[in-house]
Amino acid sequence: MTLLSVRDLVVEIPSRRGLARPIDGVSFDIEKGEILGIVGESGAGKSLTGAAITGLLPNPGRIAGGMVLFDGNRIDDLPATRMRRLRGRRIGMIFQDPLTTLDPLFTVGQQLVETMRTHLPLSDTAARTRARDWLDRVGIPAANRRIDAYPHEFSGGQRQRVVIALALCAEPDLLIADEPTTALDVSVQAHIIALLRALARERGTAVMLITHDMGVIAEIADRVAVMYAGRIVEIGPVDAVIRHPTHPYTDGLMGTIPSVARRLDRLRQIDGSMPRPNGTRDAMPVGCAFHPRCPKVFDRCRQERPVLHTAGASLVACWLA
Amino acid sequence: MMLLWLQSDLVHGFRHAPLAVVSALVVTLLILAAVFAPWLAPHNPMDVASLSLLDSFKPPFGMPTADPANPLGTDNQGRDVLSAIMYGLRVSLLVGFCSILLAAMTGGAIGLLAGYAGGLVDAVLMRIADIQLTFPAILSALLIDGIIGAMLPRTMRESVQIYVMIFAIGISLWPGFARTIRGSTLIERDKDYVLAARVIGVSAWRIALTHVLPNVLGPVLVVGTLGLGMAILTEATLSFLGVGLPPTHPSLGTLIRFGNDFLFSGQWWVTVFPGLALVLTVLSINLLGDWLRDALNSKLR
Amino acid sequence: MFAFIASRILQAVPVLLAVGLIAFALFAYVGDPVTIILGQDATDAQRRALAHDLGLDRPFFVQYAHYLWSAAQGDFGISLRLAQPVSALIAERLPATLELAVTASVLAFAVGVPMGVHAGIHRDSFVSRLFMVVSLIGVSLPTFVLGILLILVFSVSLNWLPSFGRGPVVAVGSWWTTGFTSWAGIRALILPAVTLGLFQMTLIMRLVRSEMLEVLRTDYIRFARARGLTDRAIHFSHALKNTLVPVITIIGLQFGGIVAFSLVTETVFQWPGMGLLLVQSVVSADIPVMSAYLLLIALLFVAINLTVDLLYFCVDPRLRALGRRAETRGR
Repeated sequence: MTLLSVRDLVVEIPSRRGLARPIDGVSFDIEKGEILGIVGESGAGKSLTGAAITGLLPNPGRIAGGMVLFDGNRIDDLPATRMRRLRGRRIGMIFQDPLTTLDPLFTVGQQLVETMRTHLPLSDTAARTRARDWLDRVGIPAANRRIDAYPHEFSGGQRQRVVIALALCAEPDLLIADEPTTALDVSVQAHIIALLRALARERGTAVMLITHDMGVIAEIADRVAVMYAGRIVEIGPVDAVIRHPTHPYTDGLMGTIPSVARRLDRLRQIDGSMPRPNGTRDAMPVGCAFHPRCPKVFDRCRQERPVLHTAGASLVACWLA
Repeated sequence: MMLLWLQSDLVHGFRHAPLAVVSALVVTLLILAAVFAPWLAPHNPMDVASLSLLDSFKPPFGMPTADPANPLGTDNQGRDVLSAIMYGLRVSLLVGFCSILLAAMTGGAIGLLAGYAGGLVDAVLMRIADIQLTFPAILSALLIDGIIGAMLPRTMRESVQIYVMIFAIGISLWPGFARTIRGSTLIERDKDYVLAARVIGVSAWRIALTHVLPNVLGPVLVVGTLGLGMAILTEATLSFLGVGLPPTHPSLGTLIRFGNDFLFSGQWWVTVFPGLALVLTVLSINLLGDWLRDALNSKLR
Repeated sequence: MFAFIASRILQAVPVLLAVGLIAFALFAYVGDPVTIILGQDATDAQRRALAHDLGLDRPFFVQYAHYLWSAAQGDFGISLRLAQPVSALIAERLPATLELAVTASVLAFAVGVPMGVHAGIHRDSFVSRLFMVVSLIGVSLPTFVLGILLILVFSVSLNWLPSFGRGPVVAVGSWWTTGFTSWAGIRALILPAVTLGLFQMTLIMRLVRSEMLEVLRTDYIRFARARGLTDRAIHFSHALKNTLVPVITIIGLQFGGIVAFSLVTETVFQWPGMGLLLVQSVVSADIPVMSAYLLLIALLFVAINLTVDLLYFCVDPRLRALGRRAETRGR
């Protein structure tokens, strides 16, 4: 059963220099209970895709084309109030930096209770009991006491656990996790990823995991979508994409993962940098956006933009596939 | 090169900020009117011999008995209000500029010293600046003015009052400059080129003057412009309170103070026009300073 | 918490001593009090006798300590202009100034905060732009010009409100007087309070607006939106509470500013308060009154800063934690 379906999504940001198009025709599906990893360099449009789905695009960004279907209903054109009711209740979100995500002036208990009571018909005491259970569930020791503590009294890893509890406490069907471990110590990252996976599997929550870390994707995701310059260049089952990357960019990305690179005997690097769709006419190359950096480039890549088409178990946007 | 780029960028931003252009224009016009008042003003308000009581309390333009020779009317002695404003503006701007210069030099020297010396010197100087900053400039200037007044013999007070005002206002406004320059000095001091210069034995004052000072000019310009508005306002307020410039050297504040007496007898123009002139001056200087601050800040970001 | 307050008070002591030193130096040396009291024609013997009576022949620090000790007991010397004890003059005028300052502050806060919140949330709306223009005028309009214009409109032309004085006042307790008991007294307060409060109001409005804009950009507000909280909860519970810390600082510091600026307002409206007293004293070089005013203002500022620090404590849990840590270290 498809839970989320994104179709030809286009996001535009008007600026003084012109119209930037940081997301340019992105399509993908997420099944119920599935974990989809979205991977790419910073600026590829991963986070904006998440923001566009939840209606939280930063001003003056707007959805300029395509649509977003959630549970069979179109949600990209919902009025603000109905979109708000969806957020938290049906679609939860986690952000990158747990140090700045929690309001410093409210106890974690207050923030949990407030979120649950906004979405669920709960009394204050019932919400508080559940808040305590949630802190317990995400692995905060002595939840009974810590519920009245302020965010600054928690460590970074613990704060991200609290953020996870906040994102899941109204029992959403989809969790959009935007770089949930990037800001954390390496030693804590694995715990948080394990917690996310356990909670998602246990509750059947679908997860859209945005990251630039292929290692995290390999560990937790069912499928993976690779984004480059506002488009998806390859999407497919994690095993297929990691073992047999088809798009030259994906191939290059695999070379940057130490564990995979060991098999390939060297840690590779992709030369050059990604074009930024900042609205200036010459920023985006004609044809395939990757062609200036591609080791296998040929004439057609410079003229025609490749579309996604089936290649083995995956969909790939490359003329060679 | 760097400076050129900064200037061109500033100029570019300036052309796209209509409010800034208008206020710069107004400030320029006001300065010109003040500087060339003896040639531009229709009458000489200081020339008591030319005044005639027959001309007293002529209303401004638009009123039934208005005289086109006195577009803003006349006061109780028949003095032309427009001319008095131009001469008053002269005094106001003179005191404003001089006191800001004094504040910039005092504050600049203290800020450089604090930032460069650091340690206890820095702590003590900045603590003093903080304490003085909590006192509004008007209060400090009033007290300094009062103290100097008490020390001078009564007969001397009037003739040196303009210097007393410049001193009092200048001393009241130094902390803003000191803090700005200290902040920039701290940033520049630890940069590699300054460290390098120090290693090869360039003297501290030389480094401060040749490397640090040019880098703080932008912020100082902002503090100076906003400070100029403050200085003019402070002088006008003190003069209005009757402790500022005497009627022999009337500033805008002095004119407003005297005109205030005729408010109830119906000759509102004697006080309202100098008041509006003051508002226009301070407002356009503040707008210019605001714009300058935003323009320089956005470049920093 | 106790350690925090104690450390703040300790920090204030050197400031008060320094200001006290300035006040004393003025009091003892500026304008030669002996000549002022005796005139130019006194004999040397008379001068010495008076100097002895005034304690001017004692060592500097003894005199300084004596001055501070007297001031602490409310004795600031005799006004040269009015030949009355300075403390009596101040006590007579303090209620008028405080009533004016508090009214103006409350007015500025009650109007400025909602305006700032609105302008922060709807930054591009017509009303917000209007607020910004009004505030710019408010910041640039000198207090006394505003006062004159208000008098011109509401007293001279419309004849609605009185233009000077405090109206009828009633004594409360042994030394306090209030104008709040009668309609005439309240009417007399309106124009001065608006004149004094407008500048602070625009300042508060601009500050709340810029803080609001800053806070609305933070991650925790973004996360609050992602949690699906209502706009009401986001704006008035989370955002407003987070803007409070800097707003409290400025409002606290502004109260000192209000007391100082009241001297302009009091002159315009002939309001019988401390500001008017100070201005008259500066005109006539009445040093004892100036010294006393300086000391009192310094004391007021210290008290306000302490109050502001305490308010921080109530608002920000991070500071409470710091305070606790300081306290355990202190033991």
